[in-house]
Amino acid sequence: MDILDMTALQLAAAIKQGDTTAVEAAQQMLARIEAQDKTYNCYVTVDAEGALAQAKAVQKRIEAGELTGPLAGVPVALKDNLCTEGLRTTCSSRILHNFVPTYTAEAVKNLQKAGAVILGKTNMDEFAMGSTTETSAYGVTRNPHNTEHVPGGSSGGSAAAVAAKECFYAIGSDTGGSIRQPASYCGVVGMKPTYGTVSRYGLIAYGSSLDQIGPLTKDVADCAAVLEVLTSHDEKDSTSIARKDTNFTEALTDDIKGLRIGIPNDYLGEGLDGEVREAILCAADVLREKGAVVERFDLSLVEYAIPAYYTIAAAEASSNLERFDGVKYGYRTKDYAGLHNMYKKSRSEGFGEEVKRRIMLGSFVLSSGYYDAYYLKALKVKALIKKAFDDAFSKYDVILGPAAPTTAPKLGESLADPIQMYLGDIYTIAVNLAGLPGICLPCGKDSRGLPIGLQLIGDCFQEKKLIRAAYSYQQGRKAEEMTCVSNVENGQGGEPA
Amino acid sequence: MANIISDETIEYVGILAKLELSDAEKEQAKADMGRMLDYIDKLGELDTDGVEPMSHVFSAENVFREDVVTNGDDRERLLSNAPQEKDGMFVVPPTF
Amino acid sequence: MSKQYETVIGLEVHVELATRTKIFCGCSTAFGAAPNTQTCPVCTGMPGSLPVLNKQVLEYAIAVGLATGCDITRYAKFDRKNYFYPDNPQNYQISQLYLPICRNGGVEIETEAGGKKTVGIHEIHMEEDAGKLIHDEWEDCSLVDYNRSGVPLIEIVSEPDMRSAEEVIAYLEKLRQVIQYLGASDCKLQEGSMRADVNLSVREAGTEAFGTRTEMKNLNSFRAITRAIEGERERQIDLLEAGESVVQETRRWDDAKAESYAMRSKEDAQDYRYFPDPDLVPITVSDQMLAKIREKQPEFRTEKMARYKAEFDIPDYDIEIITGEKPLADLFEAAVACGASPKKVSNWLMGETLRLMKEQELDAGDLRFSPQNLAKLIALTEKKVINSSVAKEVFEVMFAENVDPEQYVEEKGLKTENDEGALKKVLEEVIAANPQSVEDYRNGKEKAIGFLVGQTMKAMKGKADPGTVNQMLRELL
Repeated sequence: MDILDMTALQLAAAIKQGDTTAVEAAQQMLARIEAQDKTYNCYVTVDAEGALAQAKAVQKRIEAGELTGPLAGVPVALKDNLCTEGLRTTCSSRILHNFVPTYTAEAVKNLQKAGAVILGKTNMDEFAMGSTTETSAYGVTRNPHNTEHVPGGSSGGSAAAVAAKECFYAIGSDTGGSIRQPASYCGVVGMKPTYGTVSRYGLIAYGSSLDQIGPLTKDVADCAAVLEVLTSHDEKDSTSIARKDTNFTEALTDDIKGLRIGIPNDYLGEGLDGEVREAILCAADVLREKGAVVERFDLSLVEYAIPAYYTIAAAEASSNLERFDGVKYGYRTKDYAGLHNMYKKSRSEGFGEEVKRRIMLGSFVLSSGYYDAYYLKALKVKALIKKAFDDAFSKYDVILGPAAPTTAPKLGESLADPIQMYLGDIYTIAVNLAGLPGICLPCGKDSRGLPIGLQLIGDCFQEKKLIRAAYSYQQGRKAEEMTCVSNVENGQGGEPA
Repeated sequence: MANIISDETIEYVGILAKLELSDAEKEQAKADMGRMLDYIDKLGELDTDGVEPMSHVFSAENVFREDVVTNGDDRERLLSNAPQEKDGMFVVPPTF
Repeated sequence: MSKQYETVIGLEVHVELATRTKIFCGCSTAFGAAPNTQTCPVCTGMPGSLPVLNKQVLEYAIAVGLATGCDITRYAKFDRKNYFYPDNPQNYQISQLYLPICRNGGVEIETEAGGKKTVGIHEIHMEEDAGKLIHDEWEDCSLVDYNRSGVPLIEIVSEPDMRSAEEVIAYLEKLRQVIQYLGASDCKLQEGSMRADVNLSVREAGTEAFGTRTEMKNLNSFRAITRAIEGERERQIDLLEAGESVVQETRRWDDAKAESYAMRSKEDAQDYRYFPDPDLVPITVSDQMLAKIREKQPEFRTEKMARYKAEFDIPDYDIEIITGEKPLADLFEAAVACGASPKKVSNWLMGETLRLMKEQELDAGDLRFSPQNLAKLIALTEKKVINSSVAKEVFEVMFAENVDPEQYVEEKGLKTENDEGALKKVLEEVIAANPQSVEDYRNGKEKAIGFLVGQTMKAMKGKADPGTVNQMLRELL
């Protein structure tokens, strides 16, 4: 088997057995990135030298028996909003074009402890604000299934890198669907864990109360294994939770007899593409055949999630992004007259349009006279949405639906109408508001050959149920449909024949 | 459009957010913000009387650290990203 | 001025808490380190860094709240206050607006008329301090040092209950005393560990409605506070008398020029867009936590005064002064514990110590000599190893450098000359050299003996006991 076709767990096993080495795996990956990333632009920064040095060190430790974990020696790609000491971290923004963190994010440290080899930093929507990876200051990323289409976002570079086999797995962050939606568009597995499961220390914040780090992988087993490594209770993050039940790989069992699955009618209604709808219902049938109890129900409040989300996320972002001011790091404008002019010019030149749009909105909804009407109202709606999910989870173990209303749109189609773009987040956003775990995995393709993603949502701390359901579904599908890049041959994208 | 954003509002928000928009950007921002607020106004349809605003999803409380010094001198690295530095400090336009 | 005006004053007092580390990170709060050497990603606003609350900050804040009769908020949160300034690395300050830790308290002060009144405390909240800006006029730029960024503060917001500068000072002294007793801060105005912003308005005497207030900042001493209050009162009255109105604004006091100026600029919208900080979790104060903090509350001044009265034979006035400043009381008690007589210790504190403090403009918290050394010095005088003027001399050195008085007296050879033979020899020389004074004495001029004692002390370089010299002189003559 070609190394590049292996999953992360398969590669680590092969390294452990001496069939290949961490160095060999890193070299092959780097060669592939070199050959084809000009086409896809998954990476903002590739750290070839660093990756090889890490691979050598990790290989030694594997051979010495010091590193025995199931991911030791496997090359990984990190979203460019995760701080990496000594390695440039840009958030795909001009304002951080030269920023080299002095410390490493806790989640990344956990990967390093498990023997990960960091290949580089992946492209994203600027400061994770977007659904297409087109707002990056470093060029768009192309969907490996069809280079005319977007990979989704904001973790588009990470999802595309997994799909294009430019890494064995990748790390993303999810504030309103930023892992699940690109996983859906790129035909890979992506998971956002329960809020507080993975430390946010070192994740450059967008919406602090919504952000979570999670894996993007080739299959469900990899996803569980990576999440297990990422998870930790971090005393540096006040919102980090000390969880006990985090041996997620134990949930990789093909058994969902009696699992209660609910499909919100609200997730199958207006705006949903017919082919996506069909694929989702087929997926539900697969689960039903395996013994799950599948029902439709009314979740309610779904249409209020988007306005509540954009109010809260924009408000938090407007504050989180105040620190980018040209004083301590990052971009400072060349010519300025006085302090405030320096601030304004540095920020106006350093931030892109979408980021400025959200900062303006966020500053406005928090400003004097509007706080109660907008921000506080949104927090109250958030409470109602959480309550709606609590009610749903009193009846169901898992909620099933699409991750996005359509498959990947064409490049350049989305940004013209921001609200239309925001509407695309309708199935993913409420999960963040309520702090819930969600996973997205491939469940077919549309007539153009673009992947369709199935989203499963669990109650807080119920990742294991999600993993069990996702794994069972995956086992129930035909093998060729599960290989995420079936239409990508030798790095050539394009319409399938 | 129900929400009409005035030039003054855009100017004011620009001061708060420290953003300087060109005239074209200002017009765009007025239109965008007006539309977004119209959309957000949808939340007004919901009766939220008596609902406690939810700033934190979980009931996690009382996360503290002990009063023990754990950090040493890290100045060199701190200043490694500074656009401008002098005498171990960040340089900014005069504030006096 | 035709009308009578009343001044209405409320204070916002910031107090730096005496924790070892900053409020949200493990950086040291030690004063005086080289710029930016006590910093980390958290207190310099590095992307991705997150705050975690220092438990001691909460405990100090609650302790101050309990000592000032506040209600402790059982469910409190932190909020972000958003404004851009280079000393504020995140461009938001983590503070408390909606659910501050303490509310509705008050302290009792004595008024000029000798009566008592309560100054209400609206709230006490916890927040982080900003860094320091150093102005480089030569290069026309400012330099930012983040060592102070993240040092814990409590802000004590009073009700507008004060009517004069005297009441303001009495209130501040009372707060300082309580906080020092708690050990929560050293409360030094000059070093900025206690800072007061003055909210002031005037109204016609007898009216109910408040006038428009201004907020005065940059007040670094009691003197500056007094002058600023008087200056601002006059400025506002002048405006009103001229038919103009007072503008609600923040003003900066320039003590050198004895005038204030408005700080507001177009870029300064004063709209802080407070919202709950999503990076910090709420605080719930349990009965147990409160009981624990209550248990640790120290003996406050009133209790201490009563105990001193019962235990020590020293004047009430001394008790009042010594207990007025916690460091003085601590020094007193420790020196007495070393075996020194309370009366003698009190004399040294009330006399030389206060004199030198006043001369050098020092706070009690600045005192450097140890109680052990003070006790040793007292023992040296009691055993007549040194005389009182030498003792004063030694004390000055001890006051400045905390020298060990035994060692110092030994090294400098300051012991009183107790060898009667040597003393007699000097006395004979003095008598021989001053026949006129000897003559005067013998003729009944008592004053002359004083001159001869002085001459002898001079010849002995002060190292004699003046009593002994006096006695021996009389015998010789």
